Amino acid sequence: MNSMVDVLVIGGGVAGMEAAGQLARSGYSVILAEKEPLTGGHLKNWYHLFPDRRDGNEVGEYLDNLVKNKNIEIRNNTCITGITGRKGKFTATASDGQVVEAEAVIVATGFDLFDSRRKEEYGYGIYPNVITSADLEKMFRNGSVKLADGGVPARIGFIHCVGSRDEKVGNLYCSKLCCITAVKQAMEVHEKISGVKTFCFYMDMRMGGAYYEEIYREAQEKYGVSFIRGKVSEVSQGYNGRLVIKAEDTLAGRPLRMELDMVVLMAGMEMSDAGEILAGKSSLRRGENRFFSTADNHTASNRSNMKGVFYAGTCTAPMNITESISHARAAVTEVVSYLREKKQRDE
Amino acid sequence: MNKFGFTLSVPRVIDYDKNDRSVADLIAAKEPTFRLCIECGTCAATCTAGNFTDFSLREINVLLRRGENEAAAEKINRCMLCGKCILVCPRGVNTRNVLFIARETLSKTNGHERL
Ligand code: SF4
Ligand code: SF4
Ligand code: SF4
Repeated sequence: MNSMVDVLVIGGGVAGMEAAGQLARSGYSVILAEKEPLTGGHLKNWYHLFPDRRDGNEVGEYLDNLVKNKNIEIRNNTCITGITGRKGKFTATASDGQVVEAEAVIVATGFDLFDSRRKEEYGYGIYPNVITSADLEKMFRNGSVKLADGGVPARIGFIHCVGSRDEKVGNLYCSKLCCITAVKQAMEVHEKISGVKTFCFYMDMRMGGAYYEEIYREAQEKYGVSFIRGKVSEVSQGYNGRLVIKAEDTLAGRPLRMELDMVVLMAGMEMSDAGEILAGKSSLRRGENRFFSTADNHTASNRSNMKGVFYAGTCTAPMNITESISHARAAVTEVVSYLREKKQRDE
Repeated sequence: MNKFGFTLSVPRVIDYDKNDRSVADLIAAKEPTFRLCIECGTCAATCTAGNFTDFSLREINVLLRRGENEAAAEKINRCMLCGKCILVCPRGVNTRNVLFIARETLSKTNGHERL
């Protein structure tokens, strides 16, 4: 199958859907290539969103409606593995041999969640009651937070910065969203289980978003979530089957040991595998953090080093949904100017 | 009559301007990763010495950085140089070398002959 369109959008998550939808609204023909059987990306797995804790499906529906446009052809199960060409015409190939030709490309390959098994000392995949933030969202969606044996947890600990800010796993950067996610999830746990005790183990509370600090405050005031400043060094399982964590309570200046029923690892964001593959089979540049590096941090955060290839969303850095949507819209502005200028030149 | 009793207690402020921070500078010069510590306490959580005695590498680091050398010197020998902390430090601080150099430097500093 060989097709020519105005814009190829690679990745059907939040940023890709937003970009494709906005381009289609302006009359451009778009192919939206998604490697999974369905579009929607990580948003599909998220129950409630911060800061207002609305249902993630509402944003999902908005995006689904946006991409229902005659100018968009959605190609699911299509993993674009390479882009070649120069300004004017790009040829993208998919793993199944499909070829797409486009005048411009938006890369929106997003992020992958850090594989928490890599932090072996936290016991994910070893102890059944050590779960990730994504696993907890699934439990919320299914309606109940349960231990592996079906019991109800009385004490839950949240470990911040799992796979972020950690030289040991090669990720020096902060994933930006996991602090607020921990606060949100702790509050939701209280709503699901009355009388539960929750503890967030943090190095720094990074509440850098609109209404984040207010939620942090609400978590203390309304739900009594405890915040302990110290990075957990390890999780083990005690003789009674409960989990035991070790940290230093750095503000008290003493080591702290605590038994917990459930431990939730706040998994960070990493450059996606799909992005890595694409980077390997194109001349797109990446930064030290492995995400795609933009032409200019401030003034061209949608431009790549290939003229005519643009970026949208978390393939360039951790971002929340609001930021991903804004970044995607900004990418559309860049593409529209680029295509107009190109047309003028060609005429 | 002294109504306030200020003279009775030794001030417990960290006198940043008076304190001697040259020890910290020397450590950082010899082991630059000393600068990378973010006081997260992972080292102290895993440290055997810290579980039984009043000792925390995180605390030593901050004391040295503030020039509270005497307080650091008082505790630093409790470390057994086992190196467990290196395995967990998220900032890649060469903890054992920091401790080693700190001990050496403190023992050469006036007034800390007890080391
Ligand atoms: S947002 Fe918070 S939990 Fe996430 S990496 Fe940054 S500091 Fe750690
Ligand atoms: S080297 Fe010293 S500070 Fe580090 S874990 Fe061993 S005893 Fe503790
Ligand atoms: S683990 Fe490393 S960064 Fe954390 S307090 Fe210890 S030396 Fe500092």
